[in-house]
Amino acid sequence: MEARISEHPILGVMEKGQLVSFTLDGKTVQGFEGEPIAAALKAAGLMVHRYTAKEHKPRGIFCAIGRCTDCVMVVDGVPNVRTCITPLRAGMQVKTQYGVSDRQF
Amino acid sequence: MKRFDLIIVGAGPSGLSAAIEAAKRGLNVVVFDENEKPGGQLFKQIHKFFGSKEHRAKVRGFVIGQQLLKEADELGVKVVLNATVIGLYQDKEVVVRIGEEVVHYKADAIVIATGAAENMVTFKGWTLPGVIGAGAAQTMMNLHGVKPGNKVLMLGSGNVGLVVSFQLMQCGCEVVALVDAAPRVGGYGVHASKVARCGVPFYLSHTIVEAEGEDHVTGVTIAKVDEKFKFIEGTEKHFDVDTICLAVGLSPMSQLLKMAGCKMEDNPKRGGQVPICDEYGRTSIPGVFVAGDVSGIEEASSAMIEGRMAGVVASEYLGYIEEKERDEELEGLSHALDGLRQGMFAPKNRGKQIEETEEGIPISTNLLQKGYVSDAEIEHFPGVTHVVGVHPVIECTQNIPCNPCQDACKKGCISIGCNITSLPIAVPGSKCIGCGMCVASCSGQAIFLVDEDCGDGTATVTLPYEFLPLPEEGKKGTALGRDGKPVCEAEVVSIKSAKAFDKTNLLTMRVPKEYAMQARFIKFA
Amino acid sequence: MNTVNDRSRDIGPFVPMDDDDMLICRCEEITKGEIRRAVHDGMWTLTEIRRYLRTGMGLCQGQTCSRLVKGIVARELGVSPAELEPATSRVPMRPIEMRVFANEMTEDKEADAV
Repeated sequence: MEARISEHPILGVMEKGQLVSFTLDGKTVQGFEGEPIAAALKAAGLMVHRYTAKEHKPRGIFCAIGRCTDCVMVVDGVPNVRTCITPLRAGMQVKTQYGVSDRQF
Repeated sequence: MKRFDLIIVGAGPSGLSAAIEAAKRGLNVVVFDENEKPGGQLFKQIHKFFGSKEHRAKVRGFVIGQQLLKEADELGVKVVLNATVIGLYQDKEVVVRIGEEVVHYKADAIVIATGAAENMVTFKGWTLPGVIGAGAAQTMMNLHGVKPGNKVLMLGSGNVGLVVSFQLMQCGCEVVALVDAAPRVGGYGVHASKVARCGVPFYLSHTIVEAEGEDHVTGVTIAKVDEKFKFIEGTEKHFDVDTICLAVGLSPMSQLLKMAGCKMEDNPKRGGQVPICDEYGRTSIPGVFVAGDVSGIEEASSAMIEGRMAGVVASEYLGYIEEKERDEELEGLSHALDGLRQGMFAPKNRGKQIEETEEGIPISTNLLQKGYVSDAEIEHFPGVTHVVGVHPVIECTQNIPCNPCQDACKKGCISIGCNITSLPIAVPGSKCIGCGMCVASCSGQAIFLVDEDCGDGTATVTLPYEFLPLPEEGKKGTALGRDGKPVCEAEVVSIKSAKAFDKTNLLTMRVPKEYAMQARFIKFA
Repeated sequence: MNTVNDRSRDIGPFVPMDDDDMLICRCEEITKGEIRRAVHDGMWTLTEIRRYLRTGMGLCQGQTCSRLVKGIVARELGVSPAELEPATSRVPMRPIEMRVFANEMTEDKEADAV
């Protein structure tokens, strides 16, 4: 998890929840409970959260505060979940979103 | 339908400040915020704020956030999080999404403090993953502890672009370039200088041609633009990056006010669609007030004062205080706000080209075009003097409302005087004891302690150092100039951390004495 | 009648531009060319553009593109962006599932919610 900041010169060591497992497209990954799903995915190196409906273009994190809705994914079967503001829980099934579903084009 | 005296939308610096003032005077106040955490953008601001004591200068943004929250909590203000206000109807009915339900609340007065949203620019490939807003970068690194990328190009030289570039380096990212289509750096010179001396090249009059990559950003091409912002052929430059960060301004998030029926205007000086309001935040609808960026883009310090003003006028509107008390309070707050709205970057000077300081010193052209003051230019400023022994060198070259340095020095070595925007002066004849309080207190990281001749052919330079890991004494590195380019070899003499320095470490390096006035940063292999 | 709504004004023909394929509305995937063409089709207000093309009608509700669309339409009409009335603000201000939107909290729970 090299994308994690282990110690910050101003903020010190950040308090995080428990380390938990969840799945990304069926593969097991780890993240901290309570952090946004997108943060855990970023730390795991994921860039593409979804492919758009019309042009099938890749999208990822853009605003990170729940405004732009570009980072939406299918979470536990529900599409259009804003991963940047949805807290991670153990066992979540996160899937890349194609259009508005998890089925590849 | 439950009723409140005052409903505030937005728990950022202005919303919380309004809540505090109103609750102090006995109003029953609730604050709704759509985010999981309160404080708005304050908790992403890890730099020390400018201003004077009354503006909480030299306190870091996130600490101010903690202070405001504590104060609000002690006064019994209810801050409801994950509560999205989705509508504002006539008669001050507020519709809020809380959890999986929608709730209607009635208020007798409302303060809208919804802040601002980031502007965006388009270029080929701007929708690729890896192109992110500067706010997104701050959120990822400062709230969630995750690096937004490894190699980053920043677009935008306003304060946001400059501050976020520095923050990116603080968390271990490499910033390959800072780019702006404008011909001059938009933000504070001191913010630009601290980025430039770390070695980040500035490309003014440049913008992004294309973000490259198939599934995500792998590179970026920039090019120079002419006065009409058209690309000049043959000036393209390529950088390998994984992240492109956009910091191209903010727009007020004023849609709720429009929905409520407030009279609106499009005011470019205030950043876009804003409610028509008076200086205390009273809109065209009696009992609906505004504060902070939603009524005009400024910054957090002024937002806090505007919030307090709104809290005071709301209290009087509902009869909790008399007009006399209101006017007395507003007078003091107006004075504090005026203090912040002085100097070269004051709202009234927006868009103006300022050629010289209030003292009549020409503004550094290098600073505006490349982000740093040249070795020759720096000698023109009153904070830069040459005396025997250790002494402060104050590289503060623009008139901004800020004065913590003059209070920091107990020996009276630094003077700004009664005009808060004046350039600090190194007081002749004063005796520096090398305590370093001035270095740590300067929000712009523009003060250095220099001993130009230690007697053995070397000089020492003490600089503010906010990076990890902290080097050990004796460690050798390369001293960088104000322009971020190597000037000589340097050795760490000492590194001091103290509670009073508030996370700004004081790094003292030894350099050959001829480089005493050039070496301003140290880089380790 | 202000210049924006004076539809007898001649704004000239649609002239293709190099960057007409630039995506502007990220949610609904609407390009600059489509927006410029819509102006020449007679859509002169932001509300009309919105209804005609769905710019700003996607998940994000125009958070990202409103300002960009406004700039493009203004340029096409030869007016300042400040002269264009923004599109109407409506409830809900944020994306919300219909099941939540229709799920009003009962009065007995209201006090506990805050």
